[in-house]
Amino acid sequence: MRLGRVLGRVVASVRAADLDGEKLLIVQPLDAQRRPAGATVVACDVARSGPGDLVVWVGGREAALALPRSFVPVDATIVGHVEQCEIAAAPRR
Amino acid sequence: MQLGRVVGTVVSTVKDPRMKELKLQVVRLLDERARETGGYAVAVDAVGAGQGDVVLVASGSSARQTALTDGRPTDATIMAIVDSWDVENRVIYEESPGGAPEPPRAGSGRP
Repeated sequence: MRLGRVLGRVVASVRAADLDGEKLLIVQPLDAQRRPAGATVVACDVARSGPGDLVVWVGGREAALALPRSFVPVDATIVGHVEQCEIAAAPRR
Repeated sequence: MQLGRVVGTVVSTVKDPRMKELKLQVVRLLDERARETGGYAVAVDAVGAGQGDVVLVASGSSARQTALTDGRPTDATIMAIVDSWDVENRVIYEESPGGAPEPPRAGSGRP
């Protein structure tokens, strides 16, 4: 899984089977320092996220497993809303 | 998933038998500002997208998770046609009524 920032919403009325009702959001992947890292992705959402939110998202086939109907062509899903993210400082030498 | 615009069709007669009856589209990938990224995908069309449509493409083994592509040697599927999207509360793309617009051509200056 990776961290990401929700940038916006996608509206798509024509969809593959069993994707009706799934929310689609644009996510900017972030590195551990929360800087943008790589191209944006469009992800489904099971964490009630919205634009501006810091989230954790899963990519690949596992992304479909987060959805109520899991046999769907989905390769990115937001699985959690991030309230806090602590990273320990590198040990001094 | 990735945003993209359908720009062409692939015709292939000699192919894996499991690829028969699948419509293959060429999709030019777009970023969140609707700019072409330079990347493209050849994707199985699971939603009946047409030339010029803005679509979503699912990649990897997720692409096989439709009744159409199950068990077939594919790694990209068009699984939605995009009506619109916004970034930071600004509409970036909105399908024009009566069909998807072609991207503006260089040099076709309007009065």
